[in-house]
Amino acid sequence: MNLRRENKVLKYVLITISFIFLGVFLLLPLIYIVITALKDGISGYINAVTDEYAIKAALLTIEATVFAVIVNTIFGIAAAWLITKYAFKGKKLLSTFIDLPVTVSPIIAGLIYVLTFGRQSSLYPILDSYGIQIIFAVPGIVLATIFVTFPFISRELIPVLTAQGTDEEEAAAIMGAGTATIFRKVTFPHIKWALLYGIVLCTARAMGEFGAVSVLSGHLRGKTNTLPLYIELLYQGYDFTGAFAASSILVVLAIVVLILRLVIEKRGQKELDLNK
Amino acid sequence: MNKRRSIIPGFGISMGITITILSIIVLIPLCSLVVFSAKLSFSEFVYTVTRPRVLSGYFVSISTAFVASLINVVMGLILAWILVRYDFKGKRFIDGIIELPFALPTAVAGISLTHLTTTNGWVGQIFYNLFGIRIAYTRIGITVALVFIGIPFVVRSVQPVLEKIDIQYEEAAFILGADAKTTFRKVIFPEILPAIISGFTLAFARSIGEYGSVVFIAGNTPYETEIAPLLIMSELQEYDYSAATSIALVMLGIAIVILSVNALAQSIVSKRVNGKA
Amino acid sequence: MKKKLLSLILIAALGASVVGCGSTSSASGIDSEEVPKSAGETIELTNVSYDPTRELYAAYNELFAKHYEEEFGQKVEITQSHGGSGKQALEVANGLEADVVTLALEGDVQVVADAGLIDDGFTSEFELDSSPYTSTIVFLVRSGNPKKIYDWNDLIREDVGVITPNPKTSGGAMWNYLSAWYYFEQQGQSEDEILDSIKKLYANVVVLDSGARGATTSFVENKQGDVLIAWENEAFLSLQEYPGEYEIVVPSVSILCQPTVAVVDEVAKKHGTADVAKEYLGYLYSDEAQEIEAQNFYRPSTKSIYDKYVFTADSNTITEIPADGKWINDNVNLTDINHFGGWAQARATHFADGANFDSIYEQ
Repeated sequence: MNLRRENKVLKYVLITISFIFLGVFLLLPLIYIVITALKDGISGYINAVTDEYAIKAALLTIEATVFAVIVNTIFGIAAAWLITKYAFKGKKLLSTFIDLPVTVSPIIAGLIYVLTFGRQSSLYPILDSYGIQIIFAVPGIVLATIFVTFPFISRELIPVLTAQGTDEEEAAAIMGAGTATIFRKVTFPHIKWALLYGIVLCTARAMGEFGAVSVLSGHLRGKTNTLPLYIELLYQGYDFTGAFAASSILVVLAIVVLILRLVIEKRGQKELDLNK
Repeated sequence: MNKRRSIIPGFGISMGITITILSIIVLIPLCSLVVFSAKLSFSEFVYTVTRPRVLSGYFVSISTAFVASLINVVMGLILAWILVRYDFKGKRFIDGIIELPFALPTAVAGISLTHLTTTNGWVGQIFYNLFGIRIAYTRIGITVALVFIGIPFVVRSVQPVLEKIDIQYEEAAFILGADAKTTFRKVIFPEILPAIISGFTLAFARSIGEYGSVVFIAGNTPYETEIAPLLIMSELQEYDYSAATSIALVMLGIAIVILSVNALAQSIVSKRVNGKA
Repeated sequence: MKKKLLSLILIAALGASVVGCGSTSSASGIDSEEVPKSAGETIELTNVSYDPTRELYAAYNELFAKHYEEEFGQKVEITQSHGGSGKQALEVANGLEADVVTLALEGDVQVVADAGLIDDGFTSEFELDSSPYTSTIVFLVRSGNPKKIYDWNDLIREDVGVITPNPKTSGGAMWNYLSAWYYFEQQGQSEDEILDSIKKLYANVVVLDSGARGATTSFVENKQGDVLIAWENEAFLSLQEYPGEYEIVVPSVSILCQPTVAVVDEVAKKHGTADVAKEYLGYLYSDEAQEIEAQNFYRPSTKSIYDKYVFTADSNTITEIPADGKWINDNVNLTDINHFGGWAQARATHFADGANFDSIYEQ
């Protein structure tokens, strides 16, 4: 029996406030994007999204996103495991550094790579002699994307692993299991849903990154223009329909990712219930 | 105080991977920031980062970010609450779109918010005609953009904690005669406080550094709506790397302070909660 | 079953990252091949330019590719990059591999040269100080000119909202500022009086965007302010895009803006594109290219083509694109950057930290 007094008035007031808030701040911009994208009719829209450069930009965005997710997944698992399973000096400092990228301005994120790998850096002659171009090329875009989504996966895993404790791993270790086995058989089943959620968040954020990438992309049309940069380019070329049409690709991608997340969560919930 | 090694194997490899990736992606690049700003003498550095124009840039960034994050705390709390405690139509939908600001490119968000809030935009004209308030190209506009990008932070940190609070405590409080307000204040609030603080600090820190969405809506008038990240950009355009990196370094410092305050607050709050329990 | 699937995905991801890293580095290796391209292969050329030239170079690149294939039997593919002129210059100086730069002002090209990428004397590499086309600064006002804005002194009236980008971040905005300065100088004002007038002008600025395109968007799309101080080519483009909504007002004095082009020698050498890069910029002076520039509302440098587009104006307001294509109003007193002692001097006096522009915002 639920003894909580359900305050009906309060409930509806709160729900109404939430709907208005999200409606104005999230839905209105979305609706605006869609309406502007369709201003020139469906064929105009299709032309805009199938433009050669739009497709190249979308592919580049996907490439950067995939790399960012892979690197951050490896890092996230290693870091979360390290922080939750062992006691060592400098742990607090380490976790602060891991969180730092989220709070660093994207402009600074771009800038630091320009400083590190650009022509005025002392690394540049070495890289150049091997013919490696990092900034104003795809690797720079990938780096910036990794940076802005850096803690997304570890932050999802750490609370789960903390809650789980270390008893099971210790038991397994005593029984002689190796690292890989412990991770695969003991730890992984606990974190897989959190991991997937982290990956989803990381994907969503990586696709939309603008500030950091814009500092080090060089804006080479068809080469280093990601979808968000391409949108800015169209917008400034008075092609508002095109800009919003390209934005709508990202909106759709974002929504797909978010729906995926809901599906994953539901699956995870079911499995949890079964285990109980 | 015996820090004995854990018996779980794999310390070396996880430490190795973590430190390597952390160094390549974060630490080494951040060091170049320090190296470049070190090209200025200390007094030049102080002069560069305390010019009135720069100070006003920090002020605009910090004040608008603070207000936006406060709004997000209130709305985030309400959103998390209705998502956890109530059943209603469209709940899944709301739950699904919370992360949208992460996924939408900030530039796109900035452009559409600007179009909506100029004096002849859908929302802007209502405010302008009824109250004479301008939104776009003022600090209000900046705040609006920052509210947008900060929405997910508080909701997503409070929501899981709220889900875990055992309903028994509340029922017990209720049986003991506490009204809803007291129950919330004495039982629920202390539990979710750490989550609120961490959501707030993350949203705050992220908002201070935000650039993409703000440049479109800000108007960029010096001393009025010029944000600190824009100042970094304009120093760069003047080919003044040391000035740009100096301002960047100060902002990095602010970010670290915010994160540390959060860490401190977390440990104080959790001590208090655990001490009482 | 599910567990297996998940671990498979993870392993695949790990593998992909290893392979992927390898492929990225090798892919970027191709970009910097040092051998000159052999015949038959498509030559890739990168042109880093400033904001308003998008339409111009979209048209010119097509013309040039055709010309080059006819003349030399090779295909050329040109990659464009556009952005604020100062930012673009800085990125090239930082390692953005541009074969040629076509920037808003000589000062920005100088930045690339200072980085050691362009050989000395780039202003005399091509004719007319290496500016194949020029432009000037005009006003764009709303249809019917409701605020009666006719010249620079109208911009300091209290009831006028002005849109201009920030000279600290935009090349075009420096030209705007300098034209205004020249006007007040022509009015016989002392330096202090000029500063005071400029201060009043910038106090009227509603939105100080970071680039010329951003400013145009604020004025045209978001309907901010009463007058946009703009590049002539940008103003005509707005007239073309939004017929009937805007008018161009040509002020009594303005400035001759000389966008500067240069081959980025170091990069072109490395790419083996020095010859085609030189041809690319040199061909900007050909009659065909000059026509395209004029059609995109840049003032061509070839006298005969310039004259084709000149009209004798009876008023300084232009309400629509002339049907006969004659759009150049020759009746303006134009100064140029030499009046301000060249770019280095102008920058030091007006735009450096703590210089004149900063001082007008001091409270």
